[in-house]
Amino acid sequence: MSPVLDLTGSKQIEFVTLVAGGQNFCIEITQIREIRRWSPVTLLPHSPKHILGVINLRGAVIPIIDLAAKLGFSAIAPTQRHVIIITAIEDRIVGLLVESVSEILGIESGVVRETPSGTEDLTTRSIQGIIPVGDDMTKIIDLEALLRDGEQAAA
Amino acid sequence: MIDRAILEAFFEECEDLLVALNEGLTDMCNGQADDETVNAVFRAVHSIKGAAGAFALEDLVGFAHKFETVLDELRAHRLAADDNLLRVLQRAGDILADLVDAARDELPANRDQVDPVIAELQTFLGKEAEPEEEFVFEALSLAFDPPETNRRFKVTFRPDHAFYATGNDPTLILAALEKIGTCTTTVQTDALPDRFSDFSWTEGYLLWQVEIEDLLDDFAIRDIFQFVDDLCDLKIEEVLDETGTDLPAPDEQGPDPLDATDEATGLAAEGPVLDVVDSEAQSLAKTEKSSKRTASTLRVDPERVDRLINAVGELIINQSVISQRIAEAALPNSAELFGDLDDYKLLAREIQEGVMAIRAQPVKPLFQRMLRIAREAADATGKSVDLITEGEATEVDKIVVERLADPLTHMIRNAIDHGIEKPQVRAEAGKPTTGTLRLTASQRSGSIVIEIIDDGAGLNRPRIREIAIKKGLIRSDDHLSDQEIDNLLFAPGFSTADAITNLSGRGVGMDVVKTAITALGGRVTINTVPGEGTTFSITLPLTLAVMDGMIISVAGQTMVVPIASILETIRPVEADLSKLGLNNTLLRVRGEYVPIIDLADRLGTASSKSLLTDRVLLLLQTETVAQCALAVDEIHDQRQVVVKSMQGNYGEIFGISGATILGDGKIALIIDPDAISSTKPKTQTAPFHSKKEEAYVTSS
Repeated sequence: MSPVLDLTGSKQIEFVTLVAGGQNFCIEITQIREIRRWSPVTLLPHSPKHILGVINLRGAVIPIIDLAAKLGFSAIAPTQRHVIIITAIEDRIVGLLVESVSEILGIESGVVRETPSGTEDLTTRSIQGIIPVGDDMTKIIDLEALLRDGEQAAA
Repeated sequence: MIDRAILEAFFEECEDLLVALNEGLTDMCNGQADDETVNAVFRAVHSIKGAAGAFALEDLVGFAHKFETVLDELRAHRLAADDNLLRVLQRAGDILADLVDAARDELPANRDQVDPVIAELQTFLGKEAEPEEEFVFEALSLAFDPPETNRRFKVTFRPDHAFYATGNDPTLILAALEKIGTCTTTVQTDALPDRFSDFSWTEGYLLWQVEIEDLLDDFAIRDIFQFVDDLCDLKIEEVLDETGTDLPAPDEQGPDPLDATDEATGLAAEGPVLDVVDSEAQSLAKTEKSSKRTASTLRVDPERVDRLINAVGELIINQSVISQRIAEAALPNSAELFGDLDDYKLLAREIQEGVMAIRAQPVKPLFQRMLRIAREAADATGKSVDLITEGEATEVDKIVVERLADPLTHMIRNAIDHGIEKPQVRAEAGKPTTGTLRLTASQRSGSIVIEIIDDGAGLNRPRIREIAIKKGLIRSDDHLSDQEIDNLLFAPGFSTADAITNLSGRGVGMDVVKTAITALGGRVTINTVPGEGTTFSITLPLTLAVMDGMIISVAGQTMVVPIASILETIRPVEADLSKLGLNNTLLRVRGEYVPIIDLADRLGTASSKSLLTDRVLLLLQTETVAQCALAVDEIHDQRQVVVKSMQGNYGEIFGISGATILGDGKIALIIDPDAISSTKPKTQTAPFHSKKEEAYVTSS
């Protein structure tokens, strides 16, 4: 389990739910710095497909990752309607391009279910747990696992 | 318990003193054992001793005392500064530094090292071993232990007839007293006759009492009165405070004011006597003054400077944003505005240079440390080596100075251990038995070059090759150029020494050196001539934060190429291009042929202009390739850019050294000309190669 998101014990946790690759995901709210509209990026040479490029965020150079492509879906063709979620884990700041951001979801930590172990693929590796929401459910993105993969891809 | 902060201040002070000490010793070794140098060395050791005494660092005090005694003998010309003495003094300087380090880390002193040197020092002192404990601490020069400056003196004086008759004026005396301390002056008028008819205009009736605070001693007061003390009733006494500290008797006659080097002498401004201050006192005063001047530095938390540097970086970006906005606005009559903008630009640049200069430090202390490393390495290997340093005044960013220490240490040790031959081998080769190692620093067009040049045997290439094969770094049938073989030294896990000597083979190799230097944005190159020696060159960027860049565009992206590596820009004409094989195009520049490198291709994209003649070529000079022409789509501007690191959030990208933010707020990547022009790109771009090059075929 990622040290940055502690699901043990019983406490109130808030998530931002989002859509990427047509599926529901969520990210713990304290890992999110801000949410911005898509703006053109500066391309990086020799970068993997899911790395879109870098943007200038108040003087810092922030890489932007296509979350859908990163999770194994087909890449998002970014338009003005798409959204970049700026996330911060420890010292790393990374922007995630998603299709849309829906709402803030507050739950008890006990509600989170473990990811059912099935065939492991790109997506499941980066999922920390699932939260049932009504008839549907949303998947918690383990940013650390997600970015750890990214490093390997970039190296 | 001693306050840790004060102790830290002491160690910082010690560091400065050790630098001064080393400097002095080096000068002495270079034959400048004049009085001033010896005095400077003596003072440094003495100050360390004094302060160490205050902290009860006994090892340090004991050693410093012995050291100081020998220096004192030298100072008094009872000892001659011969080679033997100088060698011992240098060793003593090293040991003193070690002891300071040990004290800082709260470790016990290494007696095995210290004692022999003490014994050696003792040999110069002869048999008359003086009592160990005779010294008194005078922690005068150290700021954290301020000398007693809060003594109070009471001056009572009544000018008499002769005082006024010789044209003296009590108000001048009072004014002079006011200058040396806080004065409380009272006047007693009791003696004034009651009736005006009794008043004699030649008599002095008034009695002044002046209490002066914050004084070191009463010399300054005596100075003021030195011309009138026989013309008035003068009494100078100390006012003791409640604690009743044991201080010299109030009426004790101080030393002759003429000998006092106290700056207060200047206050007795009226006297012609000043001119006869004897020359010794004068020179002493002078040296004291000069040491004061060098000490007037600021200690600033580096964090504050970093904040300033960041802010200035933003200022420069902001300046280019504003310039661009104004240019876009196309205002009428904007000529004046542009003039002002230019001023703004210049000012921003000036501020930036000023801020950078705060961080810049001469490499001198670093080089001084290397002298010691070289000495120890030479001793350990039984070789005779002279380390000559050049360009010590060259200034480099503080971080660079700090981080260079380890790589340089390693390279110096390596050069002595592996580079320079044993004396007899050198003699056989017809070289002077003493090897020469030169450590130079210089500034060359936007970068700092540090070179380590030995006159040793040069790299043993067959041997390097053999080892690399044995270690599996290369295959036995690999064909390597000389340069490639040399660069094997930097391969991880490579060590040429047969047995791991305790000197250079410490499990870290030259790869660590290379990594450290690359991390500073620099690079190392080797140049070796068998039998004549090897030169290691370290090239470092002048500053880590700002550089001059050429703004270009390629494949729709805006990028920056460092101006430092651009020789010229060329708009190619058909006649100057010629094909070399299938995939390469050469450019003819004044009769020379240089390879053309397609930047878009190297970056894994395709240029938006297919014809080479539509593009612009930047003639580059880099470390790896003598010259090459980089094909870009367009060039736009030349400006100063603030370098932002990419590595924190993303990682290293081949061919890109960093990023910057342009006037429009967009990010532009900064090209690393050396990586781009190197013959073997790390990433395979082969599939695109043939297809793209066909474009050139059709164009020619």
